[in-house]
This record gives sequence, structure tokens and C-alpha cells, in this order.
Amino acid sequence: MTTEAADSAEAVGIIAPAADPGFLQRHGGTIEYVLIPGAALVAALAVFGIFVMLSGKDPLDLYFYMYYGAFGTWFSWQNTLTRAAPLILTALCTALPAQLGMVIIGGEGALLIGALTATSAALALQGLPPLVIQIAMVCAGVIGGGLWIMLAGALRQYRGVNETISSLLLVYIALAILNHLVEGAMRDPASLNKPSTREIGAANMIGTIPGTDVHWGLVFGVIAAIAAYILIYHTVFGFAARIAGGNIRAAKIVGLGVSKLILTICFLAGGAAGLAGMVEVAAVQGRTNANLAAGYGFTGILVAFLARQNPLAIIPVAILLGGISASGGLLQRRLGLPDASVLVLQGIIFVFVLASDALYGRIGFLKGKS
Amino acid sequence: MADGSIGLWTVPLAVLGGAIRVSTPFLFVSLGECITERSGRINLGLEGTLVMGAMSAYGISYLTGSPWLGVLAAGITGALLGALHAGICSLPRVNDVAVGIALMLFGTGLAFYLGKPLIEPTAPRLPAIDFGWWSDIPQVRAALRVNVLFLIGVALAPILYWAFRTTRWGLLIRTAGESSDAARAMGHSVLLIRLRATMVGGFLAGIGGSFLSLFYPGSWNEGLSSGQGITAVALVIFARWDPLLCLWTSLAFGGAAALGPALQSVGVTSGYHLFNAAPYILTLAIMIITCSPKRTLTGAPAELSITR
Repeated sequence: MTTEAADSAEAVGIIAPAADPGFLQRHGGTIEYVLIPGAALVAALAVFGIFVMLSGKDPLDLYFYMYYGAFGTWFSWQNTLTRAAPLILTALCTALPAQLGMVIIGGEGALLIGALTATSAALALQGLPPLVIQIAMVCAGVIGGGLWIMLAGALRQYRGVNETISSLLLVYIALAILNHLVEGAMRDPASLNKPSTREIGAANMIGTIPGTDVHWGLVFGVIAAIAAYILIYHTVFGFAARIAGGNIRAAKIVGLGVSKLILTICFLAGGAAGLAGMVEVAAVQGRTNANLAAGYGFTGILVAFLARQNPLAIIPVAILLGGISASGGLLQRRLGLPDASVLVLQGIIFVFVLASDALYGRIGFLKGKS
Repeated sequence: MADGSIGLWTVPLAVLGGAIRVSTPFLFVSLGECITERSGRINLGLEGTLVMGAMSAYGISYLTGSPWLGVLAAGITGALLGALHAGICSLPRVNDVAVGIALMLFGTGLAFYLGKPLIEPTAPRLPAIDFGWWSDIPQVRAALRVNVLFLIGVALAPILYWAFRTTRWGLLIRTAGESSDAARAMGHSVLLIRLRATMVGGFLAGIGGSFLSLFYPGSWNEGLSSGQGITAVALVIFARWDPLLCLWTSLAFGGAAALGPALQSVGVTSGYHLFNAAPYILTLAIMIITCSPKRTLTGAPAELSITR
């Protein structure tokens, strides 16, 4: 895939065709990857506008408040970026296995397990310097989430269990484990109404990026996405993974260790989602409780599909969807829409994005003369 | 124990009652999914269909006062969602698994959106038939209060088994599922067969949802179904696409799902959440035992993308 940063490709696409007649033939593919999901997004927004109009609200108000709540002010930008951080990481949980042709939708489960293991590490190491605790939390979160999704990968590889279903079942099991521990062994006796673990301590929180209210989780996410991009497109390992994803028999014939590929990729994928759980604990909640099951794992699936499983494209898409969920509060307050309206919009976007898959290679002016 | 007369017998009784009561949504979703998958397509969106069915059944039952109209509305809603799934899947190069995931999120989101005003009011519920009239023990009577939908589902399983084997429609669905080329050669539109199969599957899944909101647990809230739809989809794989096996496994899953509340009722509360996860753990365990990387599953429709 010829991949450039999505934004620059769009900018070039607008200016260059007049000067260079061969441009469309060479970059048609890249333009498609921006144009088609973009069109799907616009169509989804239009349908959502009609939907909202049917419940008696003005769609223009809707679009205004969505923009205002997502990107209108510095405050809403910070809210958006804060929500984008876990979305980048959970989207990687779907996008990395997708390189191998696997559909993993259990990022929510890995997030919860990562939050649990990270919290356990922090509580076990209380008294050590904050930096040590934070590093231990990152490691614990990545390992916990990584092993969780690696389980789905191993079941697929060694037992032929469908990874889509098993990873989703693991979400419910992870939630049960979390509730069990939070209401039992790990419960803070002081948390009466909302059973929670003890707090990891204010000193051990990872804090915000200087000058903003956005926590460092965003930086974790961006670094993870760039690292995933380099891994997939610029290393031998990633090349092998893409071969195995394209044709598993060819990969076996040339002697690639498919089992190792699957387990490693699944570990990294789950590790990313586990890191999201760690970030939510260490930057937002300060403890583990049922609040963590906020659906970031499920929105991450949509982010990955909208970004066409490209780790780099995940960053802007996560910001976009983070913005949509950030505007949910404003839609609730100003327009009186239920909080589930964000879920409806996400569902409509997902449907349109998948339906738009049929358009690739069919847009006349991008096909060239042949 | 509060009920000194039967003591710990409460647990197996509640599991039996659960097998009858809790299994109904599993049964309807799995039978519906069985039809869809036999036609060569998988609809993972039935989780969303289940929740939408539950919401629309509750809403219609509340508005009209007739729970049976609610059941019908749930079925129609499910069929529409099935048509949406099939419609998108008919487009070239669209992956049915991904569309299912999308519709799962869409269905639950839409149900939460439209169902917001339904959390407070109480809608008329479906009636139950009392098969436990002969007993004096309240637990036995409670366990044997059976809903008509359960009986319909139980009857539906052998009918489907028979229909798949002997009727024209059953044969067409199986042909589309085993070899779309063969169906096309016979002059049938595979897309149309799959559209109908997915719509019927959605219809049944919607009815399964109506059971959730109109009988057991018998109210509408956002935590009504947590993964029962997807468990039922996995159950079809375990049941080898056989409607009769779907019936037995649904009963087993209903019993497993009733274990947590049953143990809680006799005072075992420590592992409550873990016991509630029993159906998911059971599903996973069963899939681990029965699947194999070396061979495709016996009975799997050849066109099904999920068993490749």
C-alpha cells in the first residue's frame, strides 16, 4: 500500500492533478482511501441528521453543537484529545491482528484486564518512587492485556476457535473478573456506593501534558500507533505478517513461523488495549471500578475499520471519533438528545463505512484510461 | 436457609427453572442464526437484534396494551435489521462478519436511544402457563411457570430439523450454503435466498428479545442482554448447525446462566459475578473442546466464512 499521511495526501490531491495528468493514475489508490471513508462519514452524518430531525430536533443545531462540542473551543479540543487517547490504543487492538486477516473485537476486555493488572502493580509497589510505579504499571497493563488477546490468538491457531467470537466472549469474562475482584478481594472498604479498588495515589498518576489538561496517555497512543506503523510497513516482521495475512499457505511454504506471528501480533494488540486500561487508571480514574467499561474498546473497533486498519490513519480517525463522543454531553444538555445518540451515530458510521467497501476501484475518474 | 423444607434443593430446582426460562432467548436466537448460517452467511449482529427486539416489544406492549403485538413488533424489527444486514452484504467485497459487528453496535445504540423513555413505565407482560399446579412447594411452582414462547421455540426446533431435510425451502437454503454456484446453476438467486434466510433469522432473534423484556427478566433496561446474542451465535457452531442440538444446548446454557442467581438465593454470594459469567466460560470451553485446526467442522455449511 502506498501510504502517506492522510492529510498530506488530501492536500496534494487537491492541488496537483492540473499540473500532472498522470497523478490520478499513480495516486488514485491513496486518494480513494481518503475520499471513500470521508464520503461514508458525510453520508452517515446526513442520515443521522434526518434521524434526529424525526425526533423533532433541528439538524443544523445538531451539526453546530457537534462541531462546537468536539472542536469548537480549546476546552472541547482537550476533551476530544483526552478521549482519543484510549481510542488510538484500542483501535490498534483490532488493526494489528487485521494485518494477519484476523478480526479481533475484544479490545474492551483487554482494556479491563490491563486496568486490573496495572492497578494491582501500583497497589503492590506502594511506597516506591512514582516513576518506578508508573513504569511497572505500563508493563503490567501491557502484559495483562497482551496475554488476554494472545489467548484468543492461541485458541485460533491451536484449536481453530473463531477469534471474533472468542475475543468477544472474553470481554464478558473480563468484566465478570473485574466485578468479582472489585467487589471482593480488591475492594476498598471505604468505597460504599461504587465498589472500587484502593486509589493508586495522586503522586503516581501520570499527569497532564504541560500547558494542557490532556493527559500523557495521548502521547502513549501516538507513539504506539507510529511504532505499529513502522513495525507493519517497515520491518521484516511486519512484511512477514502481511504475507501471512494475504496468503497463509504461501507464508507456510516459504517457511514463516505463522504461530509465532499470530501470537506476537495478538500480544502486541492486546498490549495496546491493556495500555489504554492503564492510562485510564493512571490518568483519569485513579482506581479500578466498573466505570472503566465505558465502551472505548467497542468504539476502537470502529476507529480501526474507518482507518482501514492503517495504524497511522488511526490517529486522526481516533481524534474524530473522540470528538463525536466528546460532543455527546453537549448534545444531551442543549438538544435534550439521549446519551445513546453517540452510539447511534457510531453505528450508522460503521454501517456506511462497510457498505462503502463496495466502491473501491469503481470511481470513474480515479481509474485512469486503461 | 429460609426455606427449611427443601434447603439446598433450591439450587437444582432453580437451575431447572432457569433451563426453561433463561434458555428461551438462546433458543430463538440460535434457531434464527441456524437458518441464516445454513444459507452461507453469518450474522453476528443478532446481539443488536436481540436488544432492539426487547426494546420494541416493550414499547409496543406499553403503547397498545397487548404483549403479543409487542412480540410481533419485535419480530418485524428483527426482520428489518436482518434485511439491512443482508442488503449490505449483497454489495461486492463486503465482509459479513464486519457488517455483523457494525449492526451489533448499531442495534444496541438505537435500542438505548429509542428505549430511553421506556425505562420507567411498566408494560403488560406475556402470560405464563402454570405446569406446577400439582405441587405445594412454591419453588417447584416457580420453576414450572412456563411461557408460551418457550413452547413455540421447543416446537420450532424439530419443525426446522424436518424442514431443512425435506422441504423445498430447506433444500434451497442448504444449497445456497453448501455451494452458491450450484444454487446459481439451478437458476436461483443466492442473494435472494440469503436475504430471506437472514430476515427469518432476524425475525426469530427479535422474538427472543421480546421474551427478555416481556417475560424474564420482564422489564426494559440497558443491561438487559449482555452477550446472550453472541453466545447464541457461538452455540450454533457447537450445535453443528442442527436445530435439534440447538434446542439441547440452549437448555444447557439456560441452566448455566441460572446458576449464579440460584446460588445467590441460597446464600452463596462470593462468586456471584463469576457464576454469572458461566455461560460465556461454558461457550468458550465448549468451543475449545469441539473445534479443531486440522479439519473443518462436520456439518459446517461450506460457504460460511467463519469456519474457513
